[in-house]
Amino acid sequence: MSLDKATVAKVANLARIKVEEKDLDHLADELNNILGWIEQLGEVETDNVEPMTSVADMQMRWRADQVTDGGYADDVVANAPSGEDGFFSVPKVIE
Amino acid sequence: MTDLTKLTVSAALDGMAAGDFSSRELTAAHITAMEASNVLNAFITKTPEVAVEAATASDARRAKGEAGLMDGIPIAMKDLFCTKGVQTTAASHILDGFTPKYESTVSGNLWAEGAVMLGKANLDEFAMGSSNETSFYGNVINPWRRTGDDHPMVPGGSSGGSASSVASFSAMAATGTDTGGSIRQPASFVGIVGMKPTYGRCSRWGVVAFASSLDQAGPMTRSVRDSAIMLEAMAGFDPKDSTSVDMPVPDFQSALSGDIRGLRIGIPKEYQLDGMNPEIQALWDQGIDWMKAAGAEIVNISLPNTKYALPAYYIIAPAEASSNLARYDGVRFGLRVEGEDLNDMYASTRAEGFGDEVKRRLLIGTYALSAGYYDAYYLKAQKVRTRIADDFKQAFQNIDAILTPTTPSAAFGFGEKSDDPLAMYLNDVFTVPASLAGLPGISVPAGLSADGLPLGLQVLAKPFDEETLFKVAGVLETAAEFTATPDDWWRG
Repeated sequence: MSLDKATVAKVANLARIKVEEKDLDHLADELNNILGWIEQLGEVETDNVEPMTSVADMQMRWRADQVTDGGYADDVVANAPSGEDGFFSVPKVIE
Repeated sequence: MTDLTKLTVSAALDGMAAGDFSSRELTAAHITAMEASNVLNAFITKTPEVAVEAATASDARRAKGEAGLMDGIPIAMKDLFCTKGVQTTAASHILDGFTPKYESTVSGNLWAEGAVMLGKANLDEFAMGSSNETSFYGNVINPWRRTGDDHPMVPGGSSGGSASSVASFSAMAATGTDTGGSIRQPASFVGIVGMKPTYGRCSRWGVVAFASSLDQAGPMTRSVRDSAIMLEAMAGFDPKDSTSVDMPVPDFQSALSGDIRGLRIGIPKEYQLDGMNPEIQALWDQGIDWMKAAGAEIVNISLPNTKYALPAYYIIAPAEASSNLARYDGVRFGLRVEGEDLNDMYASTRAEGFGDEVKRRLLIGTYALSAGYYDAYYLKAQKVRTRIADDFKQAFQNIDAILTPTTPSAAFGFGEKSDDPLAMYLNDVFTVPASLAGLPGISVPAGLSADGLPLGLQVLAKPFDEETLFKVAGVLETAAEFTATPDDWWRG
């Protein structure tokens, strides 16, 4: 599998990172170089192998479904680049 | 009076307990050393006022007989741990001005045991890097240089500021985080002890996330005993982290018996790389001899999938990062770059806020998780990860610990590897496999390269068997008698 310019542009859009048209070729080369090296994973026999989803051998814990924390909206929004009255503000999304 | 900055944590605790000096004196000496080592760029934010206040409180506690495990010890906090009221950057432009309203569990545990914060240590951006060349706040310099050469060397990464501050005697100890080797590799490059606990031992709550199934906090110190003391202060169950493990934290120091007679130490043949640096091989052989001389039994083992650990890691870690770093959107914290609309604002903010290496990994991760490629990359890598973990499980049925080199080379110069991401990734060839398996590991300084740079040996142990890890590391430390220190050229 090899990434072309159009795929890099699509992935960059999915990742919400603006990439200039002039940088796409260079980026595609870099990513292909890394992905080419990763291809060697194909050599490992993994039929009937479960993907590792938990590092420590442990059961997920249960807890009562209760509100135990909260009530500090001011702290939550304190670091926002823009906001008012305890809300985050964003550019207009609906005309 | 003796130079207080040259003491180990354990000697400083004894000195304060005996009334030889106060935490205020100890802290003042380190603030002076920190200010005199600006050229190393080990700190992003210095907090001398916070330190003096904490030291004063520590002295008062000690006078009342209420001193904690790390009481009065001045340390550096990697700038990946959220600290209440103190700017936290993850060395990224995108977190500009972020001042947490809460304290990470690990840093909170350390303050509860009396540790004193000197400042926030520099690192690779979002802990992505092996040389500390990706920080928005500039390169960290290794206090060590090649003999007769003043070319600056990298301190390793990502915990490069932590490593540099401890090796340059600016901090007595530092916190690090290790995702694929970010504690052990820099510790090896600067000649200190760097320890990554078992995944789940230290809470990840309040630590800026990189790859959640791999990230683990640990201590960086100048002795194995200091490492044991500091881990005990950092570790513990935390209900706020769903992968924190609910088990007691042992008194790790008591494991330092110096007696490894009869222990079985595995030597994995797959760690003998083609074209391996002969200095690294010689150091490893020396380590094996030390283990034998101490009465351990050497067992040759095989970890057949070792070679696939790095490529699996470079799918899994970027995939998790692409998800974790989605939160940096210019809305809730940090940098915002205005755009034509909401989407353009997101994309512009992230384009300006992230550095090249972070972007590279986010693109790889996004691609690996995208529709049509998920099975081929992410799922495949997770299956390979199972096989790597199984290799260790099988080997540990017959052995107590594993001994390997920490890194394939000594520290290198700036720019020597930064143009080639793959060459940079290979730095972590000996550290990544244990990260994937969640095992505890420690790097102990064990010798000098021919050109005068420190080299480390790595010990790995079974999950949650940090006691055996410290026991073996302690014997290694005693045998290696590593007392070399860098010339203090950086002191202004």
